[in-house]
Amino acid sequence: MAQGAVAADTQYDYDIVKKFAIMALVWGVLGMTAGTYIASELAFPFLNFDIAQITFGRLRPGHTTMVIFGFGGNALFATSYYVVQRTCQARLWGSGLANFTFWGWQAALVIGVLGYMNGITDGKEYAEFPWYVDILITLVWVAYFVVYVQTLRRRSQPHIYVANWFYLAFILATAILHIFRNLAVPVGLFHPESYSLYAGVQDAMVQWWYGHNAVGFFLTAAFLGMMYYFVPKQAGRPIYSYRLSIIHFWALSFMYMWVGGHHLHWTALPDWTSSLAAAFSILLLMPSWGGMINGIMTLSGAWEKLRTDPIMLFLITALSFYGMSTFEGPMMSLKSVNALSHYTDWTVGHVHSGALGWVAMITFGSFYHLIPRLWETRLWSTRLVYVHFWLATIGIVLYIAAMWVSGIGQGLMLRAFDDYGNLAYTFIESVQFMHWPLVVRALGGAFFVSGILLMCFNVYMTVRTAKQEQAALEGKIAAKVAQAGA
Amino acid sequence: MKLNHESIEINAGLMIVLIMLAISIGGLVEVVPLYYIEDTVEKVDGVRPYTPLEQRGRDIFIREGCYTCHSQMVRPFRDEDMRYGHYSLAAESQYDHPFQWGSKRTGPDLARVGGKYSNAWHVKHLVNPRSVVPESIMPNYPWLLKTELDYSDIAARMRALKAVGVPYSETDEEYQANVEKFGKEIAEMLDINNAEKNLVKQAEAGNYDKDPSRVTEMDALVAYLQVLGTMVDFSKYDEGYFAEFR
Repeated sequence: MAQGAVAADTQYDYDIVKKFAIMALVWGVLGMTAGTYIASELAFPFLNFDIAQITFGRLRPGHTTMVIFGFGGNALFATSYYVVQRTCQARLWGSGLANFTFWGWQAALVIGVLGYMNGITDGKEYAEFPWYVDILITLVWVAYFVVYVQTLRRRSQPHIYVANWFYLAFILATAILHIFRNLAVPVGLFHPESYSLYAGVQDAMVQWWYGHNAVGFFLTAAFLGMMYYFVPKQAGRPIYSYRLSIIHFWALSFMYMWVGGHHLHWTALPDWTSSLAAAFSILLLMPSWGGMINGIMTLSGAWEKLRTDPIMLFLITALSFYGMSTFEGPMMSLKSVNALSHYTDWTVGHVHSGALGWVAMITFGSFYHLIPRLWETRLWSTRLVYVHFWLATIGIVLYIAAMWVSGIGQGLMLRAFDDYGNLAYTFIESVQFMHWPLVVRALGGAFFVSGILLMCFNVYMTVRTAKQEQAALEGKIAAKVAQAGA
Repeated sequence: MKLNHESIEINAGLMIVLIMLAISIGGLVEVVPLYYIEDTVEKVDGVRPYTPLEQRGRDIFIREGCYTCHSQMVRPFRDEDMRYGHYSLAAESQYDHPFQWGSKRTGPDLARVGGKYSNAWHVKHLVNPRSVVPESIMPNYPWLLKTELDYSDIAARMRALKAVGVPYSETDEEYQANVEKFGKEIAEMLDINNAEKNLVKQAEAGNYDKDPSRVTEMDALVAYLQVLGTMVDFSKYDEGYFAEFR
């Protein structure tokens, strides 16, 4: 990527990227800490302390919102604004509008999360934002779309790079999902509550059409966009297969929208809908693995980087977890498996192998590549990146393994019968059984949080060093100028 | 490639149009027919909109995030039938805006909890779950008993629900339609004009929290829990009748 004579930070708008990147880390710490806390509440219920604002039911939407839309969302804004500029070799269009997306997004998060804690929620998973925040998000999203497309149109070469296809699909799909999931009638113009336009079975289908594609486009397609830029950059090699990227892009975009119904197996949703969803869920394995293979194989011929480059370790481990959870997902969408796994911690573990293993790890890897370039310096400590990697990996493994034990265990207990055909266990016995897995899960979360805290420290020191270097350089230049003048 | 993907790659507008096409089809095929295929919602008697007090209880259920640990959807399995009762029908949540089927059972399913426990048990359990179930990991909800229910906006809430399709009545014509559909007693409870009066009346008659002097959030929540899954009389239908709709 030629930069010509102009320095990167004047040719490109890096300020907006920096702001989003910092906020991604801030929300990441808050969201993951909240997650560890609510995990601990399940293991040790006294931690609810009879304080309404921090009870599990109110804090859990805060956790999901802060990690998905706070950590994930800000990371996507940051990287998409960076990638679109670098791959189009053009400055970001409309800095005022881009700044509006920044402040609007942070405001939506703050209002949303504080609202849930104080009892203001729509009660729709991952779409709990009240109606006025929904409107704000819509405005932010339209601005995001305009900024992104206008920057694309400024590109200095004819082709749109593949990372941008994924970001574009993510922006468009998220707009549609957000609008249709949140259609509702407010109780009043100055009333925070509203009632969903849909009811019962239709509301359920709209919910999981939304919910699963929040995973499909927000947490997958967009992060594949991230992958398609940062993996080849860090590896110093072109993407493995151009043709594979075309096929898996279109297949993924088309198929994801069909699979939401697998969240509603054996419910009052008609069988034809959930069966159709299951069929597409199984098919989806192919485009998912297409992306994984394309990413991992990009490293072919440069495998030794895994020994020397911890950033590469993050990126490739992320792709491995992506491959694993996109295998587990289709398996869990089989009706027979789902009969056992649904409503249990297995689902929670599956989500986190995707969210921690794929989304967070690919973000960490990309950020370790991105941060030094934004501030034009080197990472303060590579060793800390290794430590972070192992803390995160151990945390994920503890988390997923604990949830398999707890989920499969509870599933088996609840369907067990004794010799006389009576239920072998009461519900509360399954809750007792889950105690130790829940403790281990919280511990896994704590490992993961300590990892991101270490990353924040490393990033802080990197930025501080960069500023000191900058000041020293300016001092030298000033001295030279003064000398020349004398 | 004969299809020539390049023409899409160099044209942002075309790419946007094709992406929109690719992502629209799945949702349209799976959601829209649910409104038009008649068998989607079973034909069954007894399901009615919530009374004002029950609806306020439902609002509190959502406010506290109960759905993050409790589902309201019994599946057609032998163990669930024995543990909870008849599997849930689509008809039973036809007035639920939003639905509360849930996705996780950290606690048991609540779709048929109505009538299983006494009001006194619910109050005790909500204030301190471990006082009745020592191994429970549910948080305490002592504030429900202390907080008076705000029902000043109940008419506005019912109007909003009416706007999304719940048959609450405001005009005489709508009221008569409800009398025909649900009977006089229930139609009376669904009348927006008497919402506040009906709410207080039900709270006083039910005396859920054993404090008749005021209407608390506990009254509303327990009234809601006690109606869950009780509207359909399954003894009236032949075995296999509901399977025809699945």
